[in-house]
Amino acid sequence: MIPAIAIALLQLVLFVFLSPLLIGVMRQVRARLEGRAGSGIWQPWRDVRKLVAKDPVRASDSSWMLAAGPVTLLVSSLLLCVLLPLVGTLPLPLVPSDLFVIVSIMLIGVVALALVGLDAGTAFGGMGSSRHMTVAALVEPTLLLAVYALSIPAGTSTLSLIVETRLQNPAVIISPVSLLAMVALAIAIMAETSRLPIDNPSTHLELTMLHEAMVLEASGRDLAWLELGSWLKLAALLGLLSNLILPWGVLTDFSLPGVLVGLGAVTAKILLLGVALSVGEVFLAKVRLFRVPELLAGSFALALLAVTASYLVA
Amino acid sequence: MTPVEAGMLGQVALLAAAVASALLVPSARWRSRVSGILCALLAAAGVITGAIALTGGRGALTIPTALPMDPLVLSPDRLGGLVMVVVSVVGVLASLFGIGSARVASASRTAWASMAVFLFGMQLVPAATDVVSFLLFWEIMTLGSTALLLAHHATRGTVASALVWYSAMSQLSFFFVLAGFAVLAGATGGTGFAALATLDPASWQASLAFVLLLLGFGGKAELVPLHVWVPRVLPEAPGHVAAAMSGAMVNIGVYGALLVCVRLLPNGPAWWGVLIMALGAVSALYGILQASVASNLKVLLAYSTTENMGLVFLGLGASVLLRGDHATGAADAALLAALLLMVSHAAFKATLFLGAGAVARSTREMNLDRLGGLGSRMPWTAGAFGAAALGAAALPVTSGFVAEWMLLQALVHGSRVGGEVVSVTSSVAMPLAVAVIALTAGLALLTFVKAYGIAFLARPRSAQATAAREVPLIMRIPLIIGALLVIGLGLLPGPLTEALASAVGPAFTPDVRTIGLAGVDARGIDVVLDPTTFVALAALVLVPVLAAILISARRHPTRVSPLPWAGGGSRLRPRMQYTATSYAEPLVRVFDDVLRPTRDVEVTHVGESRYLVERVHVEQSVSDVIETRFYRPVLGLAQRFGVLARRAQNGSIHRYLSYSFVALLVVLIVVSL
Repeated sequence: MIPAIAIALLQLVLFVFLSPLLIGVMRQVRARLEGRAGSGIWQPWRDVRKLVAKDPVRASDSSWMLAAGPVTLLVSSLLLCVLLPLVGTLPLPLVPSDLFVIVSIMLIGVVALALVGLDAGTAFGGMGSSRHMTVAALVEPTLLLAVYALSIPAGTSTLSLIVETRLQNPAVIISPVSLLAMVALAIAIMAETSRLPIDNPSTHLELTMLHEAMVLEASGRDLAWLELGSWLKLAALLGLLSNLILPWGVLTDFSLPGVLVGLGAVTAKILLLGVALSVGEVFLAKVRLFRVPELLAGSFALALLAVTASYLVA
Repeated sequence: MTPVEAGMLGQVALLAAAVASALLVPSARWRSRVSGILCALLAAAGVITGAIALTGGRGALTIPTALPMDPLVLSPDRLGGLVMVVVSVVGVLASLFGIGSARVASASRTAWASMAVFLFGMQLVPAATDVVSFLLFWEIMTLGSTALLLAHHATRGTVASALVWYSAMSQLSFFFVLAGFAVLAGATGGTGFAALATLDPASWQASLAFVLLLLGFGGKAELVPLHVWVPRVLPEAPGHVAAAMSGAMVNIGVYGALLVCVRLLPNGPAWWGVLIMALGAVSALYGILQASVASNLKVLLAYSTTENMGLVFLGLGASVLLRGDHATGAADAALLAALLLMVSHAAFKATLFLGAGAVARSTREMNLDRLGGLGSRMPWTAGAFGAAALGAAALPVTSGFVAEWMLLQALVHGSRVGGEVVSVTSSVAMPLAVAVIALTAGLALLTFVKAYGIAFLARPRSAQATAAREVPLIMRIPLIIGALLVIGLGLLPGPLTEALASAVGPAFTPDVRTIGLAGVDARGIDVVLDPTTFVALAALVLVPVLAAILISARRHPTRVSPLPWAGGGSRLRPRMQYTATSYAEPLVRVFDDVLRPTRDVEVTHVGESRYLVERVHVEQSVSDVIETRFYRPVLGLAQRFGVLARRAQNGSIHRYLSYSFVALLVVLIVVSL
């Protein structure tokens, strides 16, 4: 029990430091590939420090939601970092990394962000919120079915056990069922974390914004929590994805060298996946909003195929 | 006399007192107070009686009749006790709220008397142990609710048409239930439930009765395609009546289905399960899709009831199907999930409708497009509505979340037992069901973000919303109790699930235990959930964040500005905010084929120029496809038949005489053959 709590705490601290770095690396890679100098990999850190040291400004008609929403998003993302099997798969007592619980904790953050967007009382905030919730609603079937498919070989919906199964039996990872499910899951995660091709994280054109439109009215530390919360969520979900694709290096039995290996492995995997993601994003354009459902329907079909195939073929 | 018998007699006495006070107290204000308190007491008696029956108390009241059939006995078993508790708790909240909210027509003699009759009928349906007393109290309940809805007929023209739909659909349900029970009684030769339960579920009579009863009870539970009355009737009802109908009465429909699947015909064939699941899945998806695009708050809540009942039936169907496949652990979990969904729906839907009633009282406006900014004007209502909306969106830590979690776990664990695939049917049905639930949950999230965000956040979109005031204390109390129930049941799933598991015994014995402080451990499928630990974990994570905020806030306090970013320009007018209609616009486009919205855009140009626009008028309406495509043609057919019949029956005495003559001739010819 003590090692599990220690690992959870370690994951929390690691990801709070790692996630701005991940964003910095991703932005820098993208800038270099596009022929720009870039602002360096530590810029997200400097942004957070700058935002926390500013007076937040809020509109006179807005409510407590503008302050509470960002904190809720941050806490939900921090909980993801505590619960997901990132550094190690040691189970916490009473709170297994149950897939459905994880998804609903993530959804709390989604809802908090959508309410922040509405609370400002401007057209852009509402627009972003509406589109964000539409995408979130359509992503959910894919997300749940994809991890359902992954759960079948392990016979449980607990993510840490799923990762352990894949570690012990690597043949599972390259089975067609698992590949289908991973593609579906990857698309779902892109949508959940507002990345291309669903949303453009670096857009400055309001009409194409989803995530950015909702945070337009936030400022100071409120904005800092929103940004940090979104980065943490991206890092945690990329960590989950990388541990499902390449489970090696994950700590399963507590030992000091194992912890160091686990820390190094998850850091390397996330940064690698992040670089791959931003390289891919250079070559992608944002899909028109009303084409997004088609993309999600496609990934849903893959996930459904994965589940039924794993019952009927295997 | 046992406590259960005393409780039921007490309900009869309180019914008499409530009806008498409703009829005799002359001043409307005092009538609301006295009758409201008596109705609340009547419901409280139901809570106590039900709780005793749920914990194993027994007792029977016999209604003497001279008819040659099984005796009419009221004796709630554990399952009946559970439903009685759920229904009565909602009854207490609705009655208390009614004391403050009932005005003019809804505080009339008829309204309060029929409220008492409605509550009484509803509370005693689950106590019936034979067909006749079941149908008797079922009709008392329907009668009470119909009279209750009549209250506003004088002031609003739409009430009459809504009431016609309600009566017709209620009687259709009643017809199906009656026919179903008649088939069962004919096959077994008795009218007591014990006699009916002797029928073999594999026989054709059982299947016929099952389909009829499912249609009848599904109609009461507002399932598609029998839901058409819901979006018409509930918006016309005052808040507390809508809460009692949508939070409590639908549970009687669920009780009926449970009665069939748990008590009368357990272990039915697999296709029963598939049928229930299909009905539930279609209702869940259709209901939430309509709710997500609705702009009227009460219509939104009404359609969301269809969705939630769909999920209940989905769970029930899954339990029947899985039991047929001998996946007992998952089947038990699915049955528990159905019960959890029923209980949690009663809590949050009652609170949501009461919240809508409070908003209606303060603003006289139910169109979300004209609300906004109520959070700061009605903080108590906003808090209670928000907690209940979290429950409806199935987010932690509410009872709605626990229920959906249990349902998903049951489905995920259902297709395999010990690594073996149980059946092809369930390995196709379970993934599809998970997908349906996931899409439903996603759309529910959007729906309730819209409902709460548009109504309670941002800036008021009309003068009435700007002038809104918090409701009086007597209306706030039931709202707060409801919100506490939603959160409390979500925090304590262990004891709740154990109580539910005892209610479906002795036919089924789900293996659940309390784990940790009050978490649930479903041993049949080997999953645990402990919400209190999650709350503790979240609190621990929150501590450093809060500390950072406090330090930062001392150095950098929040400034309030009338002119924040606003895209760089001056502050936009409230009319330019997103509305409920625009919020759901992307969804309407995505589901264009199902919803078939009608859109009317009218552009007025300035003077002679084609390029300058003076005004744009947009009107969009989404009609109920099932009503327009299914009921309207049937009604049209009936109408045409009526027109034909009228041509034959034109009132002319000559024509009737010739009819008699022809009939006589035909009879003579037939006899002579």
